[in-house]
Amino acid sequence: MHGIIDLTIFQILLAYIFVLILLAIVKARGIKREKEIIIASLRMTLQLVLVGYILVYIFNNPSPFITVLIIFIMESFAIYTVLKRFSEGLFPAFKRVIVFSMSTGTIACIFYFLFLVVQVSPWYDPQYFIPIAGMLIGNSMTGISLGVKSLLEGMKTQKNLVEEALVLGATPQAATKKIVDDSFDAAIMPTINSMLGMGIVFLPGMMTGQILSGTAPTTAIAYQIAIMLGILGAVALSVFVMLQLGYRTFFNKEDQLFYDLF
Amino acid sequence: MFEFVNVKYKEIVDLPSFCIEEGKVTTLVGQSGSGKTTILKLLNKMISPTQGKVLFKGKDLKEINSVLHRRNVVMLTQNSAIFPGTIRDNLNIGLMFQEKKEADDEVLKQILKKIMLSKDLDAPVATLSGGEKQRLALGRLLLLNPEVYLLDEPSSALDDETEEIIIKMLIEHVHIYNKTIIMVTHSKNIAEKYSDTIIEVERGRIAGRREVNARHH
Ligand SMILES: Nc1ncnc2c1ncn2[C@@H]1O[C@H](COP(=O)(O)OP(=O)(O)O)[C@@H](O)[C@H]1O
Ligand SMILES: [Mg+2]
Repeated sequence: MHGIIDLTIFQILLAYIFVLILLAIVKARGIKREKEIIIASLRMTLQLVLVGYILVYIFNNPSPFITVLIIFIMESFAIYTVLKRFSEGLFPAFKRVIVFSMSTGTIACIFYFLFLVVQVSPWYDPQYFIPIAGMLIGNSMTGISLGVKSLLEGMKTQKNLVEEALVLGATPQAATKKIVDDSFDAAIMPTINSMLGMGIVFLPGMMTGQILSGTAPTTAIAYQIAIMLGILGAVALSVFVMLQLGYRTFFNKEDQLFYDLF
Repeated sequence: MFEFVNVKYKEIVDLPSFCIEEGKVTTLVGQSGSGKTTILKLLNKMISPTQGKVLFKGKDLKEINSVLHRRNVVMLTQNSAIFPGTIRDNLNIGLMFQEKKEADDEVLKQILKKIMLSKDLDAPVATLSGGEKQRLALGRLLLLNPEVYLLDEPSSALDDETEEIIIKMLIEHVHIYNKTIIMVTHSKNIAEKYSDTIIEVERGRIAGRREVNARHH
Protein backbone atom coordinates (compact mmCIF):
# COMPACT_ATOMS: atom_id res chain seq x y z
CA MET A 1 0.00 0.00 0.00
CA HIS A 2 1.60 3.27 -1.03
CA GLY A 3 1.01 6.53 0.77
CA ILE A 4 -1.17 9.33 -0.55
CA ILE A 5 0.40 11.70 -3.08
CA ASP A 6 -0.52 15.22 -2.03
CA LEU A 7 -1.13 17.24 -5.18
CA THR A 8 0.79 20.49 -5.33
CA ILE A 9 -0.71 23.65 -6.76
CA PHE A 10 1.51 23.21 -9.80
CA GLN A 11 0.21 19.69 -10.40
CA ILE A 12 -3.40 20.90 -10.22
CA LEU A 13 -2.63 23.71 -12.64
CA LEU A 14 -1.38 21.07 -15.07
CA ALA A 15 -4.87 19.50 -14.95
CA TYR A 16 -6.38 22.76 -16.19
CA ILE A 17 -4.72 22.00 -19.52
CA PHE A 18 -7.87 19.99 -20.25
CA VAL A 19 -9.97 23.14 -19.99
CA LEU A 20 -7.61 24.96 -22.35
CA ILE A 21 -7.86 22.12 -24.85
CA LEU A 22 -11.65 22.23 -24.70
CA LEU A 23 -11.61 26.02 -25.13
CA ALA A 24 -9.35 25.69 -28.15
CA ILE A 25 -11.70 23.15 -29.70
CA VAL A 26 -14.89 25.16 -29.27
CA LYS A 27 -13.16 28.31 -30.45
CA ALA A 28 -11.87 26.60 -33.58
CA ARG A 29 -15.28 25.16 -34.36
CA GLY A 30 -17.12 28.39 -33.65
CA ILE A 31 -19.26 26.89 -30.88
CA LYS A 32 -20.24 29.75 -28.60
CA ARG A 33 -19.64 28.07 -25.28
CA GLU A 34 -16.37 29.65 -24.06
CA LYS A 35 -18.09 31.71 -21.42
CA GLU A 36 -19.97 28.74 -19.94
CA ILE A 37 -16.86 26.58 -19.90
CA ILE A 38 -14.82 29.23 -18.10
CA ILE A 39 -17.61 29.95 -15.61
CA ALA A 40 -18.16 26.25 -14.94
CA SER A 41 -14.44 25.63 -14.35
CA LEU A 42 -14.15 28.63 -12.05
CA ARG A 43 -17.28 27.78 -10.09
CA MET A 44 -16.25 24.16 -9.71
CA THR A 45 -12.86 25.26 -8.37
CA LEU A 46 -14.18 27.95 -6.05
CA GLN A 47 -17.03 25.84 -4.67
CA LEU A 48 -14.78 22.89 -3.93
CA VAL A 49 -12.05 25.03 -2.34
CA LEU A 50 -14.68 26.66 -0.17
CA VAL A 51 -16.26 23.35 0.79
CA GLY A 52 -12.78 21.99 1.50
CA TYR A 53 -12.04 24.71 4.02
CA ILE A 54 -15.49 24.42 5.56
CA LEU A 55 -15.06 20.67 5.93
CA VAL A 56 -11.61 21.11 7.50
CA TYR A 57 -13.15 23.47 10.01
CA ILE A 58 -16.09 21.16 10.72
CA PHE A 59 -13.92 18.07 11.07
CA ASN A 60 -11.67 19.90 13.51
CA ASN A 61 -14.60 21.22 15.52
CA PRO A 62 -17.22 18.45 15.48
CA SER A 63 -20.47 19.60 17.03
CA PRO A 64 -24.00 18.19 16.86
CA PHE A 65 -25.31 21.65 16.11
CA ILE A 66 -23.19 22.10 13.00
CA THR A 67 -23.93 18.58 11.76
CA VAL A 68 -27.67 19.14 12.09
CA LEU A 69 -27.37 22.54 10.45
CA ILE A 70 -25.56 21.02 7.48
CA ILE A 71 -28.13 18.25 7.06
CA PHE A 72 -30.81 20.91 7.17
CA ILE A 73 -29.08 22.93 4.46
CA MET A 74 -28.57 19.88 2.23
CA GLU A 75 -32.17 18.79 2.73
CA SER A 76 -33.53 22.27 1.98
CA PHE A 77 -31.41 22.59 -1.11
CA ALA A 78 -32.57 19.20 -2.41
CA ILE A 79 -36.25 19.99 -1.74
CA TYR A 80 -35.88 23.43 -3.29
CA THR A 81 -34.32 21.88 -6.40
CA VAL A 82 -37.26 19.48 -6.82
CA LEU A 83 -39.91 22.15 -6.20
CA LYS A 84 -38.24 24.53 -8.60
CA ARG A 85 -38.06 21.94 -11.32
CA PHE A 86 -41.83 21.40 -11.27
CA SER A 87 -42.78 24.93 -10.31
CA GLU A 88 -45.72 25.07 -12.71
CA GLY A 89 -47.27 21.65 -12.22
CA LEU A 90 -47.38 21.63 -8.43
CA PHE A 91 -50.26 22.68 -6.20
CA PRO A 92 -49.70 23.49 -2.51
CA ALA A 93 -50.89 20.16 -1.07
CA PHE A 94 -48.56 18.25 -3.37
CA LYS A 95 -45.64 20.54 -2.49
CA ARG A 96 -46.19 19.74 1.17
CA VAL A 97 -46.13 16.04 0.35
CA ILE A 98 -42.78 16.43 -1.41
CA VAL A 99 -41.28 18.31 1.53
CA PHE A 100 -42.59 15.73 3.98
CA SER A 101 -41.58 12.63 2.04
CA MET A 102 -38.12 13.91 1.14
CA SER A 103 -37.26 14.85 4.71
CA THR A 104 -38.80 11.89 6.56
CA GLY A 105 -37.62 9.31 4.01
CA THR A 106 -34.01 10.47 3.95
CA ILE A 107 -33.68 11.30 7.64
CA ALA A 108 -35.06 7.92 8.69
CA CYS A 109 -32.57 6.17 6.41
CA ILE A 110 -29.62 8.36 7.42
CA PHE A 111 -30.15 7.60 11.09
CA TYR A 112 -30.75 3.91 10.52
CA PHE A 113 -27.62 3.72 8.40
CA LEU A 114 -25.35 5.60 10.74
CA PHE A 115 -26.52 4.10 14.02
CA LEU A 116 -27.22 0.50 13.12
CA VAL A 117 -25.12 -0.21 10.03
CA VAL A 118 -21.97 1.89 10.50
CA GLN A 119 -22.46 2.43 14.26
CA VAL A 120 -20.83 5.84 14.32
CA SER A 121 -19.95 7.43 17.61
CA PRO A 122 -20.39 10.16 18.51
CA TRP A 123 -23.60 10.21 16.47
CA TYR A 124 -22.82 13.57 14.92
CA ASP A 125 -19.29 12.65 13.72
CA PRO A 126 -19.17 14.91 10.64
CA GLN A 127 -16.67 12.73 8.81
CA TYR A 128 -19.37 10.07 8.41
CA PHE A 129 -22.53 12.02 8.79
CA ILE A 130 -21.96 14.59 6.07
CA PRO A 131 -20.86 12.44 3.12
CA ILE A 132 -23.40 9.72 3.85
CA ALA A 133 -26.27 12.17 4.30
CA GLY A 134 -25.16 13.87 1.10
CA MET A 135 -25.32 10.66 -0.89
CA LEU A 136 -28.67 9.53 0.49
CA ILE A 137 -30.26 12.95 0.06
CA GLY A 138 -28.82 13.45 -3.42
CA ASN A 139 -30.07 10.10 -4.67
CA SER A 140 -33.48 10.52 -3.07
CA MET A 141 -33.75 13.88 -4.75
CA THR A 142 -33.24 12.26 -8.14
CA GLY A 143 -35.70 9.49 -7.27
CA ILE A 144 -38.37 11.90 -6.03
CA SER A 145 -37.95 14.04 -9.16
CA LEU A 146 -38.52 11.04 -11.40
CA GLY A 147 -41.46 9.86 -9.30
CA VAL A 148 -43.13 13.27 -9.25
CA LYS A 149 -42.64 13.68 -12.99
CA SER A 150 -44.15 10.29 -13.70
CA LEU A 151 -47.09 10.83 -11.32
CA LEU A 152 -47.94 14.25 -12.77
CA GLU A 153 -47.67 12.97 -16.32
CA GLY A 154 -49.68 9.86 -15.54
CA MET A 155 -52.49 11.82 -13.90
CA LYS A 156 -52.58 14.12 -16.89
CA THR A 157 -52.39 11.65 -19.76
CA GLN A 158 -54.49 8.95 -18.07
CA LYS A 159 -57.03 11.25 -16.49
CA ASN A 160 -59.81 9.70 -18.56
CA LEU A 161 -58.97 6.22 -17.23
CA VAL A 162 -58.92 7.51 -13.65
CA GLU A 163 -62.28 9.16 -14.21
CA GLU A 164 -63.67 6.01 -15.81
CA ALA A 165 -62.52 3.94 -12.84
CA LEU A 166 -64.21 6.36 -10.44
CA VAL A 167 -67.57 6.25 -12.20
CA LEU A 168 -67.39 2.46 -12.10
CA GLY A 169 -67.09 2.67 -8.32
CA ALA A 170 -63.34 2.52 -7.76
CA THR A 171 -61.71 4.10 -4.73
CA PRO A 172 -59.15 6.81 -5.60
CA GLN A 173 -56.48 4.35 -4.55
CA ALA A 174 -57.67 1.66 -6.98
CA ALA A 175 -58.26 4.22 -9.72
CA THR A 176 -54.65 5.44 -9.57
CA LYS A 177 -52.95 2.15 -8.74
CA LYS A 178 -51.35 1.69 -12.14
CA ILE A 179 -50.06 5.26 -12.32
CA VAL A 180 -48.63 5.02 -8.79
CA ASP A 181 -46.97 1.66 -9.48
CA ASP A 182 -45.46 2.86 -12.76
CA SER A 183 -44.15 5.98 -11.04
CA PHE A 184 -42.51 3.94 -8.31
CA ASP A 185 -40.90 1.81 -10.96
CA ALA A 186 -39.64 4.83 -12.89
CA ALA A 187 -38.19 6.34 -9.72
CA ILE A 188 -36.22 3.33 -8.50
CA MET A 189 -35.04 1.96 -11.87
CA PRO A 190 -31.91 4.15 -12.11
CA THR A 191 -30.78 2.96 -8.67
CA ILE A 192 -31.39 -0.68 -9.60
CA ASN A 193 -29.55 -0.20 -12.90
CA SER A 194 -26.58 1.36 -11.21
CA MET A 195 -26.46 -1.61 -8.82
CA LEU A 196 -26.39 -3.93 -11.83
CA GLY A 197 -23.47 -2.10 -13.42
CA MET A 198 -21.61 -1.57 -10.16
CA GLY A 199 -17.95 -2.54 -10.32
CA ILE A 200 -18.12 -3.62 -13.95
CA VAL A 201 -19.33 -0.66 -15.93
CA PHE A 202 -18.04 1.90 -13.47
CA LEU A 203 -16.42 2.40 -10.11
CA PRO A 204 -18.61 4.68 -8.06
CA GLY A 205 -17.24 8.04 -7.02
CA MET A 206 -17.12 7.35 -3.34
CA MET A 207 -15.11 4.17 -3.79
CA THR A 208 -12.77 5.79 -6.29
CA GLY A 209 -12.17 8.60 -3.84
CA GLN A 210 -11.47 6.22 -0.96
CA ILE A 211 -9.09 4.10 -3.02
CA LEU A 212 -7.23 7.16 -4.29
CA SER A 213 -6.81 8.44 -0.78
CA GLY A 214 -5.22 5.17 0.33
CA THR A 215 -8.05 3.06 1.77
CA ALA A 216 -7.73 -0.67 1.09
CA PRO A 217 -10.01 -1.61 -1.84
CA THR A 218 -11.72 -4.26 0.31
CA THR A 219 -12.69 -1.66 2.91
CA ALA A 220 -13.78 0.71 0.18
CA ILE A 221 -15.93 -2.04 -1.32
CA ALA A 222 -17.54 -2.91 2.00
CA TYR A 223 -18.52 0.74 2.39
CA GLN A 224 -19.70 0.92 -1.19
CA ILE A 225 -21.98 -2.09 -0.76
CA ALA A 226 -23.43 -0.68 2.43
CA ILE A 227 -23.94 2.79 0.99
CA MET A 228 -25.53 1.39 -2.15
CA LEU A 229 -28.09 -0.46 -0.03
CA GLY A 230 -28.61 2.68 2.04
CA ILE A 231 -29.25 4.66 -1.14
CA LEU A 232 -31.72 2.04 -2.34
CA GLY A 233 -33.54 2.25 0.98
CA ALA A 234 -33.63 6.04 1.07
CA VAL A 235 -34.83 6.33 -2.54
CA ALA A 236 -37.48 3.63 -2.12
CA LEU A 237 -38.77 4.95 1.19
CA SER A 238 -38.98 8.61 0.22
CA VAL A 239 -40.57 7.82 -3.16
CA PHE A 240 -43.03 5.40 -1.56
CA VAL A 241 -44.15 7.97 0.99
CA MET A 242 -44.37 10.65 -1.70
CA LEU A 243 -46.59 8.48 -3.94
CA GLN A 244 -48.84 7.17 -1.17
CA LEU A 245 -49.60 10.68 0.02
CA GLY A 246 -49.21 12.32 -3.39
CA TYR A 247 -51.94 10.56 -5.40
CA ARG A 248 -54.47 11.51 -2.72
CA THR A 249 -53.83 15.23 -3.25
CA PHE A 250 -55.52 14.97 -6.66
CA PHE A 251 -58.78 14.12 -4.86
CA ASN A 252 -60.91 15.95 -2.33
CA LYS A 253 -62.53 14.49 0.79
CA GLU A 254 -65.53 13.41 -1.29
CA ASP A 255 -63.28 11.24 -3.49
CA GLN A 256 -63.78 13.63 -6.39
CA LEU A 257 -61.03 14.66 -8.78
CA PHE A 258 -59.97 18.28 -8.50
CA TYR A 259 -60.85 19.25 -12.04
CA ASP A 260 -59.18 22.62 -11.75
CA LEU A 261 -55.75 21.20 -10.95
CA PHE A 262 -54.84 19.90 -14.37
CA MET B 1 -85.48 9.02 -6.24
CA PHE B 2 -83.33 12.09 -6.91
CA GLU B 3 -84.35 15.56 -5.86
CA PHE B 4 -82.53 18.78 -6.68
CA VAL B 5 -82.98 21.61 -4.17
CA ASN B 6 -81.74 24.98 -5.42
CA VAL B 7 -78.68 23.42 -6.98
CA LYS B 8 -75.98 25.44 -8.64
CA TYR B 9 -72.69 24.13 -9.93
CA LYS B 10 -70.30 26.99 -10.59
CA GLU B 11 -71.83 29.09 -13.38
CA ILE B 12 -72.69 25.98 -15.31
CA VAL B 13 -76.07 24.80 -14.02
CA ASP B 14 -78.83 26.45 -12.01
CA LEU B 15 -81.59 24.02 -11.03
CA PRO B 16 -84.10 25.44 -8.54
CA SER B 17 -85.96 22.18 -7.97
CA PHE B 18 -86.82 19.04 -9.83
CA CYS B 19 -87.19 15.31 -9.24
CA ILE B 20 -86.21 12.16 -11.06
CA GLU B 21 -88.42 9.17 -10.40
CA GLU B 22 -87.46 5.66 -9.47
CA GLY B 23 -88.03 2.80 -11.90
CA LYS B 24 -88.48 5.17 -14.82
CA VAL B 25 -86.53 6.17 -17.90
CA THR B 26 -85.72 9.86 -17.73
CA THR B 27 -84.07 11.46 -20.73
CA LEU B 28 -82.14 14.72 -20.79
CA VAL B 29 -82.07 16.51 -24.10
CA GLY B 30 -80.52 19.82 -25.11
CA GLN B 31 -77.76 21.45 -27.07
CA SER B 32 -74.19 20.45 -26.46
CA GLY B 33 -72.70 22.59 -23.73
CA SER B 34 -76.08 23.09 -22.05
CA GLY B 35 -75.06 21.18 -18.91
CA LYS B 36 -76.43 17.64 -19.37
CA THR B 37 -73.20 15.87 -18.47
CA THR B 38 -72.80 18.16 -15.48
CA ILE B 39 -76.25 17.12 -14.23
CA LEU B 40 -75.33 13.44 -14.51
CA LYS B 41 -72.09 14.05 -12.61
CA LEU B 42 -74.07 15.70 -9.83
CA LEU B 43 -76.20 12.55 -9.60
CA ASN B 44 -73.31 10.13 -9.07
CA LYS B 45 -71.32 12.57 -6.93
CA MET B 46 -68.45 12.94 -9.34
CA ILE B 47 -69.02 16.60 -8.49
CA SER B 48 -70.93 18.24 -5.66
CA PRO B 49 -73.17 21.30 -5.94
CA THR B 50 -71.44 24.58 -5.16
CA GLN B 51 -74.82 25.68 -3.79
CA GLY B 52 -77.93 23.80 -2.71
CA LYS B 53 -78.22 20.05 -2.38
CA VAL B 54 -79.05 16.86 -4.20
CA LEU B 55 -81.12 14.27 -2.34
CA PHE B 56 -81.05 10.55 -3.06
CA LYS B 57 -84.03 8.69 -1.59
CA GLY B 58 -84.57 11.66 0.69
CA LYS B 59 -81.00 11.71 1.96
CA ASP B 60 -78.51 14.50 1.20
CA LEU B 61 -75.78 13.11 -1.03
CA LYS B 62 -73.27 14.90 1.20
CA GLU B 63 -74.00 12.31 3.86
CA ILE B 64 -73.53 9.35 1.55
CA ASN B 65 -70.10 7.85 0.87
CA SER B 66 -69.13 8.81 -2.68
CA VAL B 67 -67.51 5.53 -3.67
CA LEU B 68 -70.38 3.39 -2.37
CA HIS B 69 -72.87 5.72 -4.06
CA ARG B 70 -71.09 5.38 -7.40
CA ARG B 71 -71.28 1.60 -7.11
CA ASN B 72 -75.04 1.92 -6.88
CA VAL B 73 -75.46 4.74 -9.40
CA VAL B 74 -73.12 3.74 -12.20
CA MET B 75 -72.35 6.00 -15.15
CA LEU B 76 -71.55 5.37 -18.77
CA THR B 77 -69.38 8.36 -19.64
CA GLN B 78 -69.71 10.31 -22.84
CA ASN B 79 -66.53 8.93 -24.38
CA SER B 80 -66.04 5.85 -22.28
CA ALA B 81 -62.41 5.01 -21.79
CA ILE B 82 -61.44 1.43 -22.49
CA PHE B 83 -58.60 -0.01 -20.41
CA PRO B 84 -55.60 -1.64 -22.08
CA GLY B 85 -55.95 -5.42 -22.26
CA THR B 86 -58.55 -7.88 -23.55
CA ILE B 87 -62.33 -7.79 -23.78
CA ARG B 88 -62.49 -10.04 -20.72
CA ASP B 89 -60.26 -7.65 -18.75
CA ASN B 90 -62.50 -4.73 -19.63
CA LEU B 91 -65.69 -6.50 -18.66
CA ASN B 92 -64.21 -7.65 -15.37
CA ILE B 93 -62.52 -4.40 -14.44
CA GLY B 94 -65.72 -2.81 -13.11
CA LEU B 95 -66.24 -5.80 -10.82
CA MET B 96 -62.64 -5.52 -9.71
CA PHE B 97 -63.03 -1.81 -8.93
CA GLN B 98 -66.12 -2.61 -6.89
CA GLU B 99 -64.20 -5.33 -5.04
CA LYS B 100 -66.54 -8.03 -6.33
CA LYS B 101 -65.77 -11.49 -7.65
CA GLU B 102 -64.81 -11.85 -11.34
CA ALA B 103 -67.55 -13.19 -13.60
CA ASP B 104 -67.46 -16.64 -15.20
CA ASP B 105 -66.84 -16.81 -18.93
CA GLU B 106 -70.42 -18.05 -19.38
CA VAL B 107 -71.78 -14.87 -17.88
CA LEU B 108 -69.38 -12.74 -19.90
CA LYS B 109 -70.43 -14.46 -23.12
CA GLN B 110 -74.09 -13.73 -22.37
CA ILE B 111 -73.19 -10.08 -21.94
CA LEU B 112 -71.33 -10.05 -25.26
CA LYS B 113 -74.47 -11.44 -26.89
CA LYS B 114 -76.62 -8.76 -25.30
CA ILE B 115 -74.38 -5.98 -26.58
CA MET B 116 -74.06 -7.68 -29.97
CA LEU B 117 -70.31 -7.98 -29.88
CA SER B 118 -69.27 -11.11 -31.69
CA LYS B 119 -65.69 -11.21 -30.49
CA ASP B 120 -63.56 -13.56 -28.50
CA LEU B 121 -63.19 -12.80 -24.79
CA ASP B 122 -59.43 -12.94 -25.28
CA ALA B 123 -59.44 -10.47 -28.16
CA PRO B 124 -57.39 -7.34 -27.53
CA VAL B 125 -59.43 -4.15 -27.29
CA ALA B 126 -56.95 -2.02 -29.22
CA THR B 127 -58.49 -2.86 -32.59
CA LEU B 128 -62.16 -2.33 -31.65
CA SER B 129 -64.11 0.36 -33.49
CA GLY B 130 -65.68 3.32 -31.70
CA GLY B 131 -69.10 1.68 -31.71
CA GLU B 132 -67.72 -1.60 -30.43
CA LYS B 133 -65.92 0.18 -27.60
CA GLN B 134 -69.11 1.97 -26.65
CA ARG B 135 -71.00 -1.32 -26.48
CA LEU B 136 -68.19 -2.92 -24.50
CA ALA B 137 -68.43 -0.10 -21.96
CA LEU B 138 -72.15 -0.73 -21.78
CA GLY B 139 -71.54 -4.43 -21.18
CA ARG B 140 -69.15 -3.52 -18.38
CA LEU B 141 -71.99 -1.56 -16.79
CA LEU B 142 -74.60 -4.31 -17.12
CA LEU B 143 -72.33 -6.73 -15.25
CA LEU B 144 -72.29 -4.39 -12.26
CA ASN B 145 -76.05 -4.62 -11.91
CA PRO B 146 -76.49 -1.22 -10.23
CA GLU B 147 -79.76 0.32 -9.07
CA VAL B 148 -79.42 3.36 -11.32
CA TYR B 149 -77.86 3.65 -14.77
CA LEU B 150 -76.61 7.09 -15.86
CA LEU B 151 -76.03 6.92 -19.59
CA ASP B 152 -74.30 9.85 -21.28
CA GLU B 153 -75.06 9.54 -24.98
CA PRO B 154 -74.93 5.74 -24.89
CA SER B 155 -75.51 5.32 -28.61
CA SER B 156 -73.58 8.26 -30.07
CA ALA B 157 -71.15 5.98 -31.92
CA LEU B 158 -73.73 3.47 -33.14
CA ASP B 159 -75.57 3.33 -36.45
CA ASP B 160 -79.36 3.77 -36.31
CA GLU B 161 -80.12 0.08 -36.52
CA THR B 162 -77.69 -1.02 -33.79
CA GLU B 163 -78.74 1.95 -31.67
CA GLU B 164 -82.35 0.83 -31.76
CA ILE B 165 -81.53 -2.76 -30.79
CA ILE B 166 -79.10 -1.83 -28.01
CA ILE B 167 -81.34 0.78 -26.40
CA LYS B 168 -84.30 -1.58 -26.61
CA MET B 169 -82.25 -4.30 -24.90
CA LEU B 170 -81.23 -1.84 -22.20
CA ILE B 171 -84.75 -0.68 -21.51
CA GLU B 172 -85.98 -4.26 -21.30
CA HIS B 173 -83.13 -5.24 -19.02
CA VAL B 174 -83.92 -2.32 -16.77
CA HIS B 175 -87.61 -3.14 -16.63
CA ILE B 176 -87.10 -6.79 -15.84
CA TYR B 177 -84.85 -5.91 -12.92
CA ASN B 178 -86.82 -2.78 -11.98
CA LYS B 179 -83.94 -0.33 -12.35
CA THR B 180 -83.82 3.37 -13.08
CA ILE B 181 -82.29 4.95 -16.19
CA ILE B 182 -81.30 8.57 -16.58
CA MET B 183 -79.83 9.17 -19.99
CA VAL B 184 -78.67 11.88 -22.32
CA THR B 185 -79.34 11.48 -26.00
CA HIS B 186 -79.32 13.51 -29.18
CA SER B 187 -81.65 11.09 -30.89
CA LYS B 188 -85.23 12.39 -31.02
CA ASN B 189 -86.42 8.96 -32.03
CA ILE B 190 -84.86 7.27 -28.98
CA ALA B 191 -86.05 9.97 -26.63
CA GLU B 192 -89.67 9.83 -27.82
CA LYS B 193 -89.86 6.09 -28.10
CA TYR B 194 -88.29 4.92 -24.86
CA SER B 195 -88.57 7.67 -22.25
CA ASP B 196 -91.11 8.05 -19.49
CA THR B 197 -90.00 11.62 -18.93
CA ILE B 198 -88.13 14.00 -21.19
CA ILE B 199 -86.34 16.93 -19.59
CA GLU B 200 -85.11 19.72 -21.79
CA VAL B 201 -81.93 21.45 -20.66
CA GLU B 202 -81.06 24.88 -21.95
CA ARG B 203 -78.05 26.92 -20.88
CA GLY B 204 -77.83 25.18 -17.53
CA ARG B 205 -81.53 25.44 -16.73
CA ILE B 206 -84.53 23.19 -17.11
CA ALA B 207 -86.47 24.56 -20.06
CA GLY B 208 -89.21 21.96 -20.15
CA ARG B 209 -90.40 18.67 -18.78
CA ARG B 210 -92.74 16.25 -20.48
CA GLU B 211 -94.21 12.90 -19.51
CA VAL B 212 -94.31 10.52 -22.44
CA ASN B 213 -96.76 7.67 -22.78
CA ALA B 214 -95.59 6.25 -26.04
CA ARG B 215 -94.13 3.14 -24.48
CA HIS B 216 -96.41 0.26 -23.54
CA HIS B 217 -95.35 -2.22 -20.93
N1 LIG C 1 -65.01 21.16 -14.73
C1 LIG C 1 -65.49 22.17 -15.46
N2 LIG C 1 -65.06 23.42 -15.18
C2 LIG C 1 -65.52 24.47 -15.89
N3 LIG C 1 -66.38 24.37 -16.89
C3 LIG C 1 -66.85 23.16 -17.23
C4 LIG C 1 -66.42 21.99 -16.54
N4 LIG C 1 -67.04 20.93 -17.09
C5 LIG C 1 -67.82 21.41 -18.08
N5 LIG C 1 -67.73 22.74 -18.16
C6 LIG C 1 -68.49 23.63 -19.06
O1 LIG C 1 -69.83 23.57 -18.66
C7 LIG C 1 -70.70 23.61 -19.76
C8 LIG C 1 -71.64 22.42 -19.74
O2 LIG C 1 -70.89 21.25 -20.01
P1 LIG C 1 -71.56 19.82 -20.12
O3 LIG C 1 -72.31 19.55 -18.87
O4 LIG C 1 -70.50 18.87 -20.49
O5 LIG C 1 -72.59 20.02 -21.32
P2 LIG C 1 -73.31 18.93 -22.23
O6 LIG C 1 -73.07 17.59 -21.65
O7 LIG C 1 -74.75 19.34 -22.20
O8 LIG C 1 -72.74 19.07 -23.60
C9 LIG C 1 -69.82 23.68 -20.99
O9 LIG C 1 -69.75 25.02 -21.38
C10 LIG C 1 -68.48 23.18 -20.49
O10 LIG C 1 -67.43 23.77 -21.22
MG1 LIG D 1 -72.13 16.02 -22.45
